[in-house]
Amino acid sequence: MDVMPKWAEVILVPLISLLLAALLSALVILAIGEDPIAAVTLMVKGALGSTYGWGYTLYYATNFIFTGLAVAVAFHARLFNIGGEGQAMLGGLGVAIAALYIPWPHWTLALIGCGVMAGLLGAIWAAIPGWLQAKRGSHVVITTIMFNFIAAALLNYVLVNVMRPPGSMDPASARFPEAVHLPTLHELLAPLGIAFSKSAPANISLLVAAAACIVVWLLIWRTRLGYEIRAYGHSQPAAKYAGISPVRITMVTMIISGALAGLMAINNVMGESERLVLNATEGAGFIGIAVALMGRSHPVGVFFAALLFGFLYQGGAELALWTSIPRELIVVIQALVILFTGALDNMVRMPLERLFLMFRRPAPPANSADSEPKPGPRSGQSEGAE
Amino acid sequence: MTDTAPAIELKGISKAFGPVQANKDISIRVMPGTIHGIIGENGAGKSTLMSILYGFYKADAGEIFISGKKTDIPDSQAAIAAGIGMVFQHFKLVENFTVLENIILGAEDGRLLKPSLSKARKSLISLAEDYGLNVDPDALIQDIGVGMQQRVEILKALYRQADILILDEPTGVLTPAEADQLFRILGRLRSEGKTIILITHKLREIMEITDTVSVMRRGKMTATVKTAETSPPELAELMVGRKVLLRVNKKPATPGDVILDVKGLRVVDGKGVERLRGIDLQVCAGEVLGLAGVAGNGQSELLEVLGGYADGTGNVTLNGTPLDLSGKKSDGQSRRARGVAHVPEDRQREGLIMDFQAWENNVFGYHHDDRFNSGLLMDHAAIRADAEDKMARFDVRPPDPTLAAKNFSGGNQQKIVLAREIERNPDLLLIGQPTRGVDIGAIEFIHEQIIALRDQGKAILLVSVELEEILALSDRIAVMFDGQIMGERAADQTDEKELGLLMAGITDTENEHSVAEVEANLARAGGDASKEV
Amino acid sequence: MDYITLIQLLDSTVRLATPLLLACLAGLFSERAGVFDIGLEGKMLAAAFFSAALASITGSVWIGLAAGIASSLALSAVHGLASITFRGNQLISGVAINFLAAGMTVLIAQDWFAQGGRTPSLFGGARFEPITLPFADAMANVPIIGPLYEELISGHSILVYAAFLAVPLTWWILFRTRFGLRLRAVGENPAAVDTAGVSVVGLRYAAVAIAGLLCGVAGAYLSTALQAGFVKDMSAGRGFIALAALIFAKWRPWYALWATLLFGLFGALETRPDVIQSVIGIKVQGQILSALPYLMTVVILAGFVGKAIPPRAGGEPYVKER
Repeated sequence: MDVMPKWAEVILVPLISLLLAALLSALVILAIGEDPIAAVTLMVKGALGSTYGWGYTLYYATNFIFTGLAVAVAFHARLFNIGGEGQAMLGGLGVAIAALYIPWPHWTLALIGCGVMAGLLGAIWAAIPGWLQAKRGSHVVITTIMFNFIAAALLNYVLVNVMRPPGSMDPASARFPEAVHLPTLHELLAPLGIAFSKSAPANISLLVAAAACIVVWLLIWRTRLGYEIRAYGHSQPAAKYAGISPVRITMVTMIISGALAGLMAINNVMGESERLVLNATEGAGFIGIAVALMGRSHPVGVFFAALLFGFLYQGGAELALWTSIPRELIVVIQALVILFTGALDNMVRMPLERLFLMFRRPAPPANSADSEPKPGPRSGQSEGAE
Repeated sequence: MTDTAPAIELKGISKAFGPVQANKDISIRVMPGTIHGIIGENGAGKSTLMSILYGFYKADAGEIFISGKKTDIPDSQAAIAAGIGMVFQHFKLVENFTVLENIILGAEDGRLLKPSLSKARKSLISLAEDYGLNVDPDALIQDIGVGMQQRVEILKALYRQADILILDEPTGVLTPAEADQLFRILGRLRSEGKTIILITHKLREIMEITDTVSVMRRGKMTATVKTAETSPPELAELMVGRKVLLRVNKKPATPGDVILDVKGLRVVDGKGVERLRGIDLQVCAGEVLGLAGVAGNGQSELLEVLGGYADGTGNVTLNGTPLDLSGKKSDGQSRRARGVAHVPEDRQREGLIMDFQAWENNVFGYHHDDRFNSGLLMDHAAIRADAEDKMARFDVRPPDPTLAAKNFSGGNQQKIVLAREIERNPDLLLIGQPTRGVDIGAIEFIHEQIIALRDQGKAILLVSVELEEILALSDRIAVMFDGQIMGERAADQTDEKELGLLMAGITDTENEHSVAEVEANLARAGGDASKEV
Repeated sequence: MDYITLIQLLDSTVRLATPLLLACLAGLFSERAGVFDIGLEGKMLAAAFFSAALASITGSVWIGLAAGIASSLALSAVHGLASITFRGNQLISGVAINFLAAGMTVLIAQDWFAQGGRTPSLFGGARFEPITLPFADAMANVPIIGPLYEELISGHSILVYAAFLAVPLTWWILFRTRFGLRLRAVGENPAAVDTAGVSVVGLRYAAVAIAGLLCGVAGAYLSTALQAGFVKDMSAGRGFIALAALIFAKWRPWYALWATLLFGLFGALETRPDVIQSVIGIKVQGQILSALPYLMTVVILAGFVGKAIPPRAGGEPYVKER
């Protein structure tokens, strides 16, 4: 039986994990001779103290929403897609192809066209490992890792040998035409009379990301496909019994996941750099793992976790600027979040469960309306014992 | 009597898993050189007790004495040191190791393998001579049969100098011939002075081989008696706590048209082994066809291929139209569309998503039905209302559709599955092990539902390893053995003896067999009849 | 391509294969015991930093090596805690360890040396110097064998020889000792080991520790032998190539040697595009070579060239059940 109430499982466990990660990070800051409280203050000021800071925080958050959703959707089918990074790179390639080689009349159309291309290439890059898993039984974790490296090599090749404008030394594509420029938050909010920093990169992709959260929520919890994805994730034999095709679910889930990761490119490539550069993804694909874990694979959780990481990224950049703490502090925090919320969550859960059990013992279990004892999750032995 | 100390004595053992008390104040004495049976229903707490004795679980209270000496058994290592060996229901062997490697694992002499291996090879030869336990020491486990693997498990224990051998449901996976051999080996071990504890839920086996027997019910030890001084009916009553009358009140069947017609059905598993070797059977509207047999003789494969999630070859028609046995049109969805409902053998692995709430499980497999959807989205309100309705009518307790499936008892889980499958008004119901792990009260309810469905004119194919259940519910009975149908009988014109012979693969049930052969085969067949043949 | 070029190419193959081989064997021990380890990369990186840092501070490469191994073991302990004791997700733990190492190394490097996340350059006793085997100079002029001995076999650091010796040693431990038997068993069916009275947890921790040790040596080799000092992210995906090699080698020690040599050869060829062009007559892009180990692994994984079957209990935390 469930030892803990749902709110504890959904909120308390991740929160405590997060606190542990924060505590260790504070110790790290102390150890390198800085003041953690001052550091946090600086981060808050840098990331949330101005519209400029907010603009960067939201820009990063947009990236992380896409990659976080990508990992989360795959998690529902018990697929661990570590390939968000590669899929986002391919998404960037898709955006670049669409933006450079198609004459778009207006940014709205360009956004749709580039978005479709980004999603498509990201989906293809995830579909291949998906197919290998579904049809050949190759572990999707290993293949997606391999595909990250292959994507990096591919992108390197394309940028150096194909897309680089003649005469340029930079391994980057040409600048996108003016017509595909996406409105930034500054441009969007100005008509409403809200002054927003002009130089911050947050753009309309943020709204697309928020919409993606809603769509994913509907998909997972309101559609038949989502129902099947979750059923397959919980029990493959049961899914087979119910006539849910493992091949189809694996493929479809990976395609959706890859498309979401690929879509990130409308933010970083189309919205920010406006050309395709090497390492445009800056590890956002991997941060998606931390975001999905912290958000418990729920779009609402992913949204807030992405905001948190956006804050950490912008705050971390400010730290690196004003103190001797390098940006890599954020990588450490990210690692600790993944570790505590993803791999060590039993370390938090086990004592918590004991605590709840202790408080509960005097009263009968909440859900035993009748006198029948309920079997515990692992005591199949006691099943049916009355 | 003698003043020898008992080989094993347990005093006041108790063990709880969360709110479930698996063992309550259990005491037991087993004398050396005897075979002691422990019998009880599924979930009575037998395996838990033995796992405590083998150091797998720690008892909450109680003491263990080995040969009169108080012994602590915190882990398996301590159990082995105390001379206890255990043969688990699911073997604990490394599949891609050789027999020899499995035998020395954990009992090696020194850090290098070579001396251990040659010593084990020698000792294997002498063990084979002493007890008739022949195995090829260099065969890989994955290449040998189940009976042989069980022999390796016994050898493992003997190689560790075990004086006490615990066997947990050892015949469940064996063919009758293999079970026969096992019992001969056990007899031999007893005559060599070993003490054996045999856990089973089959009365036949208790009567056949044990010297004394303890009965467990709901975590308690209800009695310990000399086998010679008891009878199967008495044991059965002790097991379930009241007189067992598995008689279902039913009218004679009025079979209609043939609904399911199976001809020459074959299934080959992933390893290339033919699991179904040409099955022919028919199920008519308004009748229950019971499929009897020892577990693992192809019944599961038959249900899977008819349920649409295993591939097969042959000719199968439903209501006169062919059913696809492989390819796109052969999956659970297409079967449901054709009016086939399926209550699978393993409800926890297949029939339910244990982490889904009851209402979500209520549409599992039928989630594409129009009435559960509105447009692109699922209609949660409709599904919930439907679930509440079904739970009320099938008396699922507690009637809370938001409770996860794993939080219901076995019987109530089965009711959720049954309600889902029956209520869609199928033409054919496939139902496997309908009452496995289900308490007595729910058993009666489930049996009534099956008969009610029959009386509505539905065709029902029932698979069960409990012969009693088959006899109580079926109108006709087919017996499976080694992937084939051994024979078919009308339920009111056969008995457990005849079915037992068929289950053992003996088809000429008319002729007299040697008494030993009949008795032996019958005993392995898993029946529950009286002792005298 | 002349003989000397070939020898030079093979020589750099050996040097580039060494860290791959060590990491691959590390993964082999861990995964044979049923613990997936995608944190090879992070452990190597941490070890690379701490070896270089301590070697730089103390001037002794041996203290550096010990520090590298210690740091790698510490990360192994985290992995063990997450995946064995708390039965967490082994893959996620590995991912976390990779990031932890990537962040911590730069953070500490900046704090200690303030050189933008690198250590000072190492020289003298702070580096593993090449060892000249006996008679190497004398034999240099013997045709064919001379250059082979002098260039290819002699003149590597001690860690290279250690790595190559680790192959037969690993084979011997796995297939000839009690420990090896139990280790392989625990990766195939931990319940068999548990019911035989041997600690599953103990065995798995031992395997994870050996993986830490070998990754430690691999990392130390990177920063104190292959190169002279630590730079940010210097493991550069080698941990993942080692993982690929492990699958390629089907979790067997001798195959691991051949797989890592092959991937080492790709690495060596990447720096010598002229050699490829002279041999096969077309220009091959460096990017293709760097992607080749991954592509080949995908092909192997897909089962198109022989099936790679991982240890059966791999990735599954062990929960006692009857």
